[in-house]
Amino acid sequence: MAMQHGARNGAVTPEGTHPPAAVELRGIDKSFGTVRANHDVSMRIGAGTIHGIVGENGAGKSTLMSILYGFYQADAGEIRVAGKPVMIKSSHDAIAAGIGMVHQHFMLVDTFTVLENVMMGAESGALLHSSIQKARSELSRLAQEYSLAVDPDAVVGDLPVGDLQRVEILKALYRNARILILDEPTGVLTPQETTQLFRILAALKAQGVTVILITHKLGEVMAVTDTVSVMRHGELVADRTTRETSKEELAELMVGRKVRPSVAQRHDTIGAAALAVEHLTVRDHLGVDRVKDVSFDIKAGEIVGIAGVSGNGQSELLEVLAGIRPPTAGRMVIVDRDVTASAPCDAAEMRNLRLAHVPEDRQRLGLVAAFTAAESGILGYQREAAYNRGPYLDYDAVAAHCGDLMERFDVRPPHPEIGSRKLSGGNQQKLILAREIDRDPRVLLVGQPTRGVDIGAIEFIHAQLKRLRDRGCAILLVSVELDEVMALSDRILVMFEGRIVGEVAGEDANARDLGCMMANVHEGATESRAS
Amino acid sequence: MNGELPRWIDIGLIPILNLCMALLVSGLIILAIGEDPLQAVAIMVRGAFGYEEGIGYTLYYATNFIFTGLAVAVAFHAGLFNIGGEGQAYIGGLGVGLILLAFDSVLPFAILAPLGIIAAAAFGAAWAAIPAYLQAYRGSHIVITTIMFNFIAAALMVYLLVNVLIKPGQMSPESRVFLPNAHLPFMHEMLAGLGIQFTSTPLNISLIWALVCCVGVWAYIWRTRWGYELRTVGFNESAAVYAGIRPRRIVVATMCISGALAGFVGLNEIMGVHHRLLINFTAGYGFTGIAVSLMGRNHPFGIVLASLLFGALYQGGAELAFEVPTITRELVVTIQGLVILFSGALAYMSTPWVTRIYRALNRPAVASSEV
Repeated sequence: MAMQHGARNGAVTPEGTHPPAAVELRGIDKSFGTVRANHDVSMRIGAGTIHGIVGENGAGKSTLMSILYGFYQADAGEIRVAGKPVMIKSSHDAIAAGIGMVHQHFMLVDTFTVLENVMMGAESGALLHSSIQKARSELSRLAQEYSLAVDPDAVVGDLPVGDLQRVEILKALYRNARILILDEPTGVLTPQETTQLFRILAALKAQGVTVILITHKLGEVMAVTDTVSVMRHGELVADRTTRETSKEELAELMVGRKVRPSVAQRHDTIGAAALAVEHLTVRDHLGVDRVKDVSFDIKAGEIVGIAGVSGNGQSELLEVLAGIRPPTAGRMVIVDRDVTASAPCDAAEMRNLRLAHVPEDRQRLGLVAAFTAAESGILGYQREAAYNRGPYLDYDAVAAHCGDLMERFDVRPPHPEIGSRKLSGGNQQKLILAREIDRDPRVLLVGQPTRGVDIGAIEFIHAQLKRLRDRGCAILLVSVELDEVMALSDRILVMFEGRIVGEVAGEDANARDLGCMMANVHEGATESRAS
Repeated sequence: MNGELPRWIDIGLIPILNLCMALLVSGLIILAIGEDPLQAVAIMVRGAFGYEEGIGYTLYYATNFIFTGLAVAVAFHAGLFNIGGEGQAYIGGLGVGLILLAFDSVLPFAILAPLGIIAAAAFGAAWAAIPAYLQAYRGSHIVITTIMFNFIAAALMVYLLVNVLIKPGQMSPESRVFLPNAHLPFMHEMLAGLGIQFTSTPLNISLIWALVCCVGVWAYIWRTRWGYELRTVGFNESAAVYAGIRPRRIVVATMCISGALAGFVGLNEIMGVHHRLLINFTAGYGFTGIAVSLMGRNHPFGIVLASLLFGALYQGGAELAFEVPTITRELVVTIQGLVILFSGALAYMSTPWVTRIYRALNRPAVASSEV
């Protein structure tokens, strides 16, 4: 991985000596109801370093940073910035203390320009004119100093994701942040954009900015950080100097046990095509073609992975195949049913064809947060005879079904009456997966199966998908995690701007080539091969 | 935050607190005009529950509030805000009136009664179906269209009563009185049949039908497959589409049910009390239904309780205006308005500090570190 170097060269702090602490957390406790999100967490982050915080979902890293940024207040404990104790009761206090945060989901106004977004909330007077002048010169200074070039007059809605992140960073710097928190910053970036981000982080570090990087990607931690803290179940379990640790050790610390790396097992039980897509085009309500003339097929007993930066038509492709939206042109053949624009097929009919769908966005599509787990456990199958007695739903049968799913798929806590929203991300995902594969589908569509899911659950979900494939199911896997696509897929298709721009066999795939295809840069591909 | 509180606080204590705040403010106003607030409350309570006639009126008003409250609640569970209960009730009454005017001379009560129920439901549903269709298939917001349909209903009724249905030879815009076989039995008549003496009040058998509707709505929303799909659409329309549910159909079907429930106000008023078609018999019940449903947490049981409260406010308020000359009809409306404001519009105002007190009481250790 070429990106792993470069970033470390910017270090100015002599490594080995202890720099003064930029942030020090002492004995932070935070509970939500009976859940202890943080328990006696103490952490020391050296000034001018890049510090990683890793941990599974629900380990308490986001809570800890939310306390530092003033979204929550700790029940007990102390925060010191540059040696002085500070009270941070709101993000205002945090900004005043020189702390900035780049959220996982960008907090930008799409219809404003970069300049307007950067100065928003930090205008210097009632009249905008003088603020704009000031902001413009300040912005160009920052852009130069940290090599963060963005056109100040570009409308934010038109910018690619990588640029949005820079705007967020600029926003924080404009408010004089000397400590920058980045929450899962690479989730939406291509490998190339990630490399650029790491260069920016190195430049920040060179200017003495302290960077706190929250992530669950251990490769990134190894690549850019100086020190790393590992959290598990709300507690800090280890502090390490990055040079002296390894991915394997961090993974073990995170999970609390040894992790088997997922190894793709090839097999030879591939059958006839269960899903065929021919010249499929999908137009959205704005008249933009999101999927353009796409053709492929998936055979029984095969996993076809779709790689791509999110927003390049994968979501729309999944939705069309699942019957959530109709195709605009082209056709798809699912088992033996022909679906076209003039003969569409809704999600209920698709399920009757034994096509199951684990949606990308489980909160929005996969379950109903306000329902009990039992009620979410029949979502999409609510009309099946097994759960109905005349006009009434048979709630005993519904609960028994959910209990059975929870037991077999290790959903915790195994109470069908629990609210769906109270399950953690990984357990929600396991419940949805259980519901969808319980009926032994012939075609399974899976979107982002392990997004926001902890490592233990990832192993489990991957194993389930492989088992299903081996039983002869045709699986379409859409994921922004390249590692996941490469680990599971027999064939990989790359989507860019709604088209399929490349196809590789699973065993021939490597991250760099896929990354170039995902960004559709052919020159880049040849260049990196040459180097 | 809401989820942290036990149910009894959320659906019991907080509504009572809201009611107390409304009464407190009302008390200050009564004090300001030089009357005794405690005496006023006493008069209101006695007026609403203290004697047979008061109880009869309170329950008669409550009947209307149950119908309109249920109408709002059903729509609410599908994520729809039906502001058109007033118009749907009005048109529901028109349906009842037309059927009875047409058939009261040829059909017996045993057929007219179910026919009246069907007519009220069908007309109310039809009036709600148009905004529902416009929302589902044309994207016109249902809040706007249902409000506008209230005005259209009012104008339509005036036209019909002044020009078409008016009994010839009189000034007031009313139809002829239905024949006695088209009257719903009054409660005092039914009780007399059982040998119980009760003062004559407008309370009629519609109250029983309202309670049947409560059970029906509960079963529909929480026990049937259709209710499951309705709630799915209400909570999360995207998930509904994912689950193969067609939200447009749910929107139209739900609004029809909602409109039918509102239409039953016409049953109570036209077939039960007035026995003729007339202007303005809905008297704001449709709008008050929104507050009833909010206060009853959109649950039939809560709606029955809230309906009793509002019935008592209407009846006790009338009594208060009658007994204390300085407390005018307008001031009584003000008190009713305050109750609606605190328990409807500001229903969740007290939740944050109740939550804080509850937490402080339950976890003293944490509370002390916060202070």
